Amino acid sequence: MADVIRVSGLGKRYGSFTAVDGISFNVKEGEIFGLLGPNGAGKTTTIKMLTTLLPQTFGEATVSGFDIRKKQTDIRRIIGIIFQDPSLDDELTGRENLEFHAILYNIGKEKRDRKIGEVLKLVELEDKADEFVKNYSGGMKRRLEIGRGLINDPKVLFLDEPTVGLDPQTRRHIWEYIKRLNETHKTTLILTTHYIEEADYLCSRVAFVDHGKIVALDTPTALKNKLGGDVISVQLGKKSGDNFIKALGKLKWVKTMSHHDDFVDLTVEEGERKIPEVVILAREHSAEIASVSLHKPSLEDVFIHYTGKTIRDEAGSELEGMRARFRSRSMRR
Amino acid sequence: MDTNAIYVLWLRDIKRFIRARSRIVGVLMMPIIFLLGLGLGLGSLVNLGNGASYFEFIVPGIVGMTLLFTSIFTGSAVLWDRQFGFLKEILVTPNSRASIVVGRILGGGTTAVLQSILVVVIAIIVGFHMTLSIATLMVPVFMALIACTFIGLGLTLGSMINDFQGFQLVTSFFTMPLFFLSDSIFPASALPAAVRYIIYLNPLTYGVDGLRNALIGSGAFPIWLDFVAMLISSIVMVAIAVYAFNRTEVG
Repeated sequence: MADVIRVSGLGKRYGSFTAVDGISFNVKEGEIFGLLGPNGAGKTTTIKMLTTLLPQTFGEATVSGFDIRKKQTDIRRIIGIIFQDPSLDDELTGRENLEFHAILYNIGKEKRDRKIGEVLKLVELEDKADEFVKNYSGGMKRRLEIGRGLINDPKVLFLDEPTVGLDPQTRRHIWEYIKRLNETHKTTLILTTHYIEEADYLCSRVAFVDHGKIVALDTPTALKNKLGGDVISVQLGKKSGDNFIKALGKLKWVKTMSHHDDFVDLTVEEGERKIPEVVILAREHSAEIASVSLHKPSLEDVFIHYTGKTIRDEAGSELEGMRARFRSRSMRR
Repeated sequence: MDTNAIYVLWLRDIKRFIRARSRIVGVLMMPIIFLLGLGLGLGSLVNLGNGASYFEFIVPGIVGMTLLFTSIFTGSAVLWDRQFGFLKEILVTPNSRASIVVGRILGGGTTAVLQSILVVVIAIIVGFHMTLSIATLMVPVFMALIACTFIGLGLTLGSMINDFQGFQLVTSFFTMPLFFLSDSIFPASALPAAVRYIIYLNPLTYGVDGLRNALIGSGAFPIWLDFVAMLISSIVMVAIAVYAFNRTEVG
């Protein structure tokens, strides 16, 4: 498949601080590409540069073949973006928000009405469309924003932290929308997130971003396999001979084995398929097994492996607090 | 120019204006207090020396004040939009920034002119005598030019300043001198030469004088001079606003 986005050595500097430090990656047509990393890693800055909201300091990038520095209007026409922070007009209704957006993309009345109907159905807001957005819940606002991003049939849809601050149920819902979108519309999606499960569940490929750099990039499965595979942990019972342990060590699909106390840890691939064989082997050697557990490495483990730290989930950014203060202030207008 | 963007931003301002009735009442409070307090109350003690009534003199000044305050406020809405994220939503669409500025000015200008017409109506209710002539047709023109000039100023300030506290400080730094150092509430001719020159540099002076010419048929300058001065200040301020807005980055 062709590359829709090509990024090479892209960077953004603010004074002496380098927010994005020369990153390179390509996004293929029709894939869901994820940028995963902690807050402040440079994900949003990258998105802002790719969506022409922020000029880059160095490096190059193209979206659908258009240079982000020279062909900004061309890019804007074919992309959609769902921002990290809310970007709706509270004092308009949901439908008006969609309508205004469509007019801003120069979509004629007839097509506009059809698209708005379609999108409202997709995000299940048909019966709330004529209420003011200020009366929407957080999840509804997010869904409306996702719908809005689709009004112009974007070739590439950017989602900046699409589910931040949402409850787990709503998050699940949003994931389903995103998946469906990718499957039915073949829209190329590029999303940023600091939720491991989100990247794991949605993305065909994930780039780990830390301190403005990409530290690893691959499919979630391949990334996890780089840690050497699954770990089967066998707890031995009272009656278990050394024969059994020796036999385990001789299995050719066991990559590494370690024995401590009454536990034997085996590193294998596709661990769930190997457990029966372990049990059969134990029976053959008349060994007793107290328990067997399987640990599949998560993307989190991989992230720790590459960066030496976990992705911190900081509740509520500084900007969020500021926004809340200004909101209450503006009420008095 | 992207007419779609201009239309949408204009429509948005109109919709918000019509829906926020309490806000309209709030905006009209100050001019009403000035009309009653300064115009009728203090006015009964003031003798302008040429037989003209002070109330008649100050009504165009209060209309000018309404336009000045609402325009700077409206222009600054760009600051709110940035804070609440709606600005990004507009900026990622394939529309030029100049058309966004024009849309804002048309939207804000329409609502500011509507509000100032309301002030004139209220003034007439409490006893203001409008002199009807061909010049009356210039009333909305001067209102629009004053709005244009000061929405331009508001947009410029809103584009350059990123926080609300700072913005409030800076706007009051502009609005108060602009209002008092115009001939809105007293004739410039009554003041010492040094102050008078400052007043002659203030666009609001010509706006209010133009309104006076148009509303009561007498002003300090000929109406064409007021018109030309306001036209120039509008063009200059809008150009500055486009320049400042072009330079803002999305936070």
